[in-house]
Amino acid sequence: MTRTMSFIEGTGRITLNAIEEVGYHFALFVESLYWVIAGPFLGQPVRIPIIVSEMMKIGVLAVPVVMLLSFSNGVMMAIQGIATLQEFDAESQVVPGIAYSVTREFGVLIAAIVVAGRSGSAIAARIGSMQMSQEVDALRVMGIEPVRHLVAPILLAMLLMMPILTLLADSAALIGGGLYTGIVLKLSLSTFIDRVFETIALYDLMQGVVKSLVFGLLIALIACSNGFSVHGGSEGLGRATTRSVVLSIAAIVVADMIFTYFLNR
Amino acid sequence: MNSQPIIEIRELDAYYGDRKILDQIDLQVNEGEIMVVMGGSGSGKSTLLRHLLSLNRPSAGTIRLFGQDINGLPSRKLHEMRQRIGVSFQGGALFNSLNVEENVAFPLREHTKLDDNTIRIMARMKLEVVNLAGFEKLMPSQLSGGMIKRAALARAIVMDPKLLFFDEPSAGLDPVVSADLDELILRLRDAMGVTIVVVTHELESAFRIADRITVLDRGKILITGTTREVKESDNSRVQNLLNRRTEDVPVNADEYLQRLTDDLTGL
Repeated sequence: MTRTMSFIEGTGRITLNAIEEVGYHFALFVESLYWVIAGPFLGQPVRIPIIVSEMMKIGVLAVPVVMLLSFSNGVMMAIQGIATLQEFDAESQVVPGIAYSVTREFGVLIAAIVVAGRSGSAIAARIGSMQMSQEVDALRVMGIEPVRHLVAPILLAMLLMMPILTLLADSAALIGGGLYTGIVLKLSLSTFIDRVFETIALYDLMQGVVKSLVFGLLIALIACSNGFSVHGGSEGLGRATTRSVVLSIAAIVVADMIFTYFLNR
Repeated sequence: MNSQPIIEIRELDAYYGDRKILDQIDLQVNEGEIMVVMGGSGSGKSTLLRHLLSLNRPSAGTIRLFGQDINGLPSRKLHEMRQRIGVSFQGGALFNSLNVEENVAFPLREHTKLDDNTIRIMARMKLEVVNLAGFEKLMPSQLSGGMIKRAALARAIVMDPKLLFFDEPSAGLDPVVSADLDELILRLRDAMGVTIVVVTHELESAFRIADRITVLDRGKILITGTTREVKESDNSRVQNLLNRRTEDVPVNADEYLQRLTDDLTGL
């Protein structure tokens, strides 16, 4: 009896905590948006140099690894696609296959997962250690809103860089797929690219870009809120960092599923 | 002395969860005085400071700074008020990604439209005040404990505040460095006419710098008075604190047994 009760109680508590957390993320989002729009009029603008430096850390420094992973992913899809389609004697159909899945799905997914792993952890660790060393309190007592100073620039940088990273990932994956297809099916890269552009429409590229904005938002909010919630010393900091990465990747994949369903109806 | 107190706390209560941390705190701090809030660990002095800084909201009661209720203030007014307040945190709370000069200049950069050179000169002037000239380019991680406190103090006074808070200024410092810092606090008050609130558990430092002392114990104020009044207090808990005597809490047998067997199953 008590065990059943405690199970129900536990489930309830987890649910409540989850709702509270989602609510907190939403509040953080609204507050950031408020500072972006109203900040300049209140003498608390979101500083452009900070946004640029965040764009550097979140976006530019992630380019090499995003390109590498996307390129490999493109090659992988070409290998699998050709192998599968050979059974139906339809190897040449590998081009539209790659074109659709890269632009709609895998480009953005790889970009988002790389950013979640790199910046999701870095942001949570940075804000978390600031929280621990009272730097966040110091900001507050100086009359500087931590959300305006710390969260808003990250959010903006994320929203600006994710689409760019996604398009870069798309092109790297297409080049990877194109090169492999070219070698195996004796197709020149330019023919491959031509056929890709015959296949995909702007809508397909936009699907990836729209999703990249959502994923960027999720990573920024999850990382920041986990950073602010750090308590309990360095163990807590480690927990928040891990949690930030795991939660943002999980959120990305689930959100991807939901968006893909609605965008492809 | 000005009739209007800079800080006015009325019937302040604070809870962490169900635990009452502050119980009916009444306190006034007048312009230009150094008030030391003293108490052992767990006395609620840090919580009191967090409330004064408006980092925590009180469960009941009011706090007025410069005559304005800080919890009824719209955020814009609160931001403005905070520019007239300086805080030196226990661990310094310097921004780790900025060097000493950038740390000190930070509030100026955020709150003023002064040009870069003016800001840097002002920051260096404050570093001169705290005897940190020549260390502008060091990062916080390269500083010693005493230097961190002095850099944090320079940052706290860079906006020429009218009210300064110190959280445990001498914690973790050796006696000489700690005495230096006390000297600095006194000099600042004389030079800038700033009102200062110091939260500390260090007796020696407290009596050296204080105009008045408030002794906090288990969330309640035991006494507020001049250093002499506190020293001559006949309250036994005040005397215990001053003379570092431990207290023997009488053991209640039933409660003791209850604590030991609480939450056990199968009884």
